[in-house]
Amino acid sequence: MVGRPIMTLLLEVEQLCAGYGDISILQNINLSIGSGQVIALLGANGAGKTTTLRALSGMLKVSGRIRLQGADIAGLPPERIAGLGVAHVPEGRGTFSHLTVDENLRLGAWLRRDRAGIEADRERMFGHFPRLKERLSQQAGTLSGGEQQMLAIARALMLKPRLLLLDEPSFGLAPRLVDQLFDALHMIRQQEQVSMLVVEQNAHAALSLADTAYLLEHGSIIASGPATDLRNDERVQRAYLGE
Amino acid sequence: MEIFLHQLFAGVTSGAIYASFAVALVMVWRSTHHLNFAQGEMAMFSTYVALALIEAGLGYWSAFCLTILLSFVASMVLERMIVAPISKAHPLAAVIVFVALLSIFHSLASWLFTPVLREFPSPFPNGSLDGFPYLSWHATGVVALIVLELMAVWLFFRSTRLGLAMRAVAQNPDSSRLVGISAGRMLALGWGLAAALGAVAGMMIAPIIYLDPNMMAGVLLYGFAAALLGGIDNPWGAAAAGLIVGLLDALVGAWLIGPELKLSFALALIVGVLLVRPAGLFSRPTQTRV
Repeated sequence: MVGRPIMTLLLEVEQLCAGYGDISILQNINLSIGSGQVIALLGANGAGKTTTLRALSGMLKVSGRIRLQGADIAGLPPERIAGLGVAHVPEGRGTFSHLTVDENLRLGAWLRRDRAGIEADRERMFGHFPRLKERLSQQAGTLSGGEQQMLAIARALMLKPRLLLLDEPSFGLAPRLVDQLFDALHMIRQQEQVSMLVVEQNAHAALSLADTAYLLEHGSIIASGPATDLRNDERVQRAYLGE
Repeated sequence: MEIFLHQLFAGVTSGAIYASFAVALVMVWRSTHHLNFAQGEMAMFSTYVALALIEAGLGYWSAFCLTILLSFVASMVLERMIVAPISKAHPLAAVIVFVALLSIFHSLASWLFTPVLREFPSPFPNGSLDGFPYLSWHATGVVALIVLELMAVWLFFRSTRLGLAMRAVAQNPDSSRLVGISAGRMLALGWGLAAALGAVAGMMIAPIIYLDPNMMAGVLLYGFAAALLGGIDNPWGAAAAGLIVGLLDALVGAWLIGPELKLSFALALIVGVLLVRPAGLFSRPTQTRV
């Protein structure tokens, strides 16, 4: 971590359990994210990756502890957690498809009052994603899949988050677009003061971006370590490629 | 010709009232995906409140504004206390709750304000405009007021932060909460605005058809018809359809089949349109790329 010799802990998750109604999905998840760190959360379909993100952003009932810079945020509603600096780009992107690109970006900054800062951040987003500037007055639903994903990420960054939760950013995108998107994410990680937790199907892309990776299986974490180590872990291979 | 003009103006006036009421129904639909069957009775109740305020000595416009404010607040409370808790229940449970609310407001009004026809004052002068004997001041005033009201609503949703947040919640409550919008408050606000629009519709129609607990039955029916005809998701379609329904009702009643069958005829025509365009006359097909 260049320029950050002492890594402070941003998010600490202990004994996190969550599920839908009576069905419990996550069992005693423990993980931590350092300030400025990028974490990849890997696992097969149905392992509980999306559920983990939804639990962290307050969209699910949880038990256990979720500490954001020391303060327990478990059980807070999503709008409060967003206010504490956690931005979640949900599965399926969650853009407001009937609203314009511009309106989507303005909504991303809903909790902020610093006009000058919002304007500056908007311009920076156009630096990361130049296509968005060309499409400002277009309805989000008419953008291509890649553009919608860029919009979703830009909208999340407009919150000026400390932690960005990304759910399958590469989902449904052509390989060329996946490369473009991850190039942008690499740039964002260098230029923005934001930690990321990335859930991905594309393990290779996610591991190239991440410092640390966790592997989920049946709602529990079965392996964790530096991203470079997990790249060759046979359990990761198995989760993605089948037996 | 004179009868035609008379019917035309009457149609535009009631059409404007149906339009504002239809917009109220659409607003509730867009925010909570409920059809509020009690919207009409809430408006009727508001109108009684306005009358009580006027009889207590308030001037018309003070009573008018205070009634709107009270309706707005009461409806927000109602949404938080009764509608929000059933949001996860079966849709039919919601229907029952709204029918119950309808009946409660109806009985409450009959009990509190004796169920006889009451005259309700118009804020506009008596008589007709000079040179236009069929155009009454009340009708002109109603149309002007409702046009202003709908323009204000449009501006609010177009150009204010709060309006944008309400549109966002109507579209995607989960994503709205993830950007930090308190979705619950926006839903309550939607209910408040709908009740305020309803109150205006009630106070504008009462001088024409007299105030009694059944006053809004027709408006509710025509309002629903307009909302469906215009597209239940589209407030401006609903407003335009309100005008069409008002005109159709007046002209068909006067010229084609007489007053007895006009309601049936107007509604049959609407059903016919919906058979051809099920999403409403002014619906825009949703464009989405994946």
